[in-house]
Amino acid sequence: MNTTAPAVGARSSVPFSARLSEWMPKLVLAPSFVLAFLFIYGLMAWNGYLSLSASRMLPDYSFVGFEQYGRLWESERWWVALKNLGIYSVLFLFFGMAIGLLLAILLDQKIRAEGVLRTIYLYPMALSFIVTGTAWKWILNPGLGLEKLMREWGFESFTFDWLVNTDRAIYTIVIAGVWQSAGFVMALFLAGLRGIDDSILKAAQIDGASLPRIYWRIVIPSLRPVFFSTLMVLSHLAIKSFDLVMALTAGGPGYATDMPATFMYTMAFSRGQIGLGAASATIMLATVAAIVVPYLYSELRTRK
Amino acid sequence: MKFSRPARRPLGAALLATGLLAATAAQAGEVEVLHWWTSGGEAKAAAELKATMQKKGHTWKDFAVAGGGGDTAMTVLKSRLVSGNPPAAAQIKGPQIQDYGTLAANLDDVAKAEKWNDLLPKSIADGLKYKGNYVAVPVNVHRVNWLWTNPEAFKKANAKVPTTWDEFFTAAEALQKAGIIAVAHGGQPWQDFTTFESVALGVGGADFYKKALIQLDPGSLKGATMEKVLTTFRKVKSYTDKNAPGRDWNLATAMVIKGEAGMQLMGDWAKGEFLAAGKKPGTEFGCVAAPGTGKSFTYNVDSFVMFKLKDAANTKAQMDLAAAIMSPEFQEVFNLNKGSIPVRTGMNLDKFDACAKTSAADFSATAKSGALVPSIAHEMAVSAAAKGAIQDAVSQFWNDDKVTVAQAMDRLVAAGKNK
Repeated sequence: MNTTAPAVGARSSVPFSARLSEWMPKLVLAPSFVLAFLFIYGLMAWNGYLSLSASRMLPDYSFVGFEQYGRLWESERWWVALKNLGIYSVLFLFFGMAIGLLLAILLDQKIRAEGVLRTIYLYPMALSFIVTGTAWKWILNPGLGLEKLMREWGFESFTFDWLVNTDRAIYTIVIAGVWQSAGFVMALFLAGLRGIDDSILKAAQIDGASLPRIYWRIVIPSLRPVFFSTLMVLSHLAIKSFDLVMALTAGGPGYATDMPATFMYTMAFSRGQIGLGAASATIMLATVAAIVVPYLYSELRTRK
Repeated sequence: MKFSRPARRPLGAALLATGLLAATAAQAGEVEVLHWWTSGGEAKAAAELKATMQKKGHTWKDFAVAGGGGDTAMTVLKSRLVSGNPPAAAQIKGPQIQDYGTLAANLDDVAKAEKWNDLLPKSIADGLKYKGNYVAVPVNVHRVNWLWTNPEAFKKANAKVPTTWDEFFTAAEALQKAGIIAVAHGGQPWQDFTTFESVALGVGGADFYKKALIQLDPGSLKGATMEKVLTTFRKVKSYTDKNAPGRDWNLATAMVIKGEAGMQLMGDWAKGEFLAAGKKPGTEFGCVAAPGTGKSFTYNVDSFVMFKLKDAANTKAQMDLAAAIMSPEFQEVFNLNKGSIPVRTGMNLDKFDACAKTSAADFSATAKSGALVPSIAHEMAVSAAAKGAIQDAVSQFWNDDKVTVAQAMDRLVAAGKNK
């Protein structure tokens, strides 16, 4: 390596330790590299092959081409899952970021007890999606939670039965998802806000810009990188969403709140259709890749 | 609790026996059993099997997985099988037994010694064989087409226990007027499907059931009879409460036990819950065949598939387990707890209650008449893929009032094409 040039003179006297320090990083990284390669990329390839096989209850390696994909796109349940994913990710991203940004801006007003408030808003992130899902399941259950409470308080006609309504159930997942991640988004934006140079804001104030205008024209545009990384984190959370759905609705009523991840689980593990499950997993992988690859590409290119 | 008493004594004796046998533990093997009997009556029944095995000096390793329907258990099992580390026995039933055939141990020696061929009805014995050899041992017979009632609620509503679907809706109307939830239901897809199956059998009869839900004949899946079945099915839903979605079956049974609800359509495992709550059959809870299904029987036979093991002592223990499961003593004590009836024919049923006696009589009668049919909702009739697809169609119809009967029938026909 050229970078070790200053050590060249010393190499003849202590050749071993110098060579060791040169090889050490590679040696130390090798196991994790091998593990990652085998258990991430290796299993991806295995899944890809399974999706082209006739696998049912147990893996079966007879090749059937794209038959499983054909069955997948014919399945009505898969279309429901895709539609739900669309509704969920758009609303989850929009409301998660909007509420997170609003909370961050409000917290950034140099208010009292900011530390306490920040912790309170960030707290839901410390819970697992299973806990969030179960808690919201009780809150939203018409005979147990909010609706019952409001009726007992005298609002006899109050109705909030989205959880048990086939058309509305998917929105309850959005509510729980946003509740859980808004605090996390807030923390990211807050860090971004703190990183903005005060002197720019002061200059704008001297020029007579109003506060909303400063936020709209200066602060929010300068948060662009934060928007980007938040979008990345939230969108892959949305595509992978599984535990929240399982805990909150278990895909029900019927399969009204099925998502690609729960579809994959049902097909591969309880219906004995591993091939079909693998095909849906491959589609999910392709969806994530479609988002991540352009992002990585643009990131790596700008760094050069 | 009367039934728990016989369980305790053998357990105590077994603990003592295993202690004494510890020195000679070399011949005693270990059986690891994967099952999903985790709720009240079921867990008690599982303890019976454990006690029976411990009495023989073997070690029992529990592999209970919570979650009722068994999806979780099957996932765990499959990962164990793929990694080459199977449990001794796993609770697998119906057509699925065939999927595990190549990995299963041959039980023919035990079957011959214990005369299984003479004891089991042929239709059930055939389902336990893979390529002509026994690979699974049956535990019990569940009847799925039951209607559970709370007599007090019926008295309060001045209603009559129904035997036809017309009477069912009359009774439901009366219960509702008396401020009682007419039908206790848990809105999980398999429960929707269980209800559907009883409606199909009651409205269409056994021949229709066989054609539509076993042979998956498109002409029967879409036709005048199916239209009537679906209309009746949807009408049942209008008598359930709106908090039903997601509710577990035993919570729905608890509603009937407490008198919050009048009736429940559920298999006879519900009886275990009634008994565990200290209720007496006949007087404090009622069991009748689901409306219109008095002369037919949908069966759900639980069975254990035994897997090939490497260790000889464990294999010996496994064969002992197979023999123990079919022994009259175990069949009696287990089924008393579980609420089901023995799969062995010709057993003395003196200790069983009226519900079980009715069930056993109908079992042998329908075996002769041909109205003994496998339950589709409980994966006894068709492959997991077809069952799943039909369940999707049925459950979607139940939950979404916008799906018309005609649409649902088209979906059923499409679902029936799954192999």
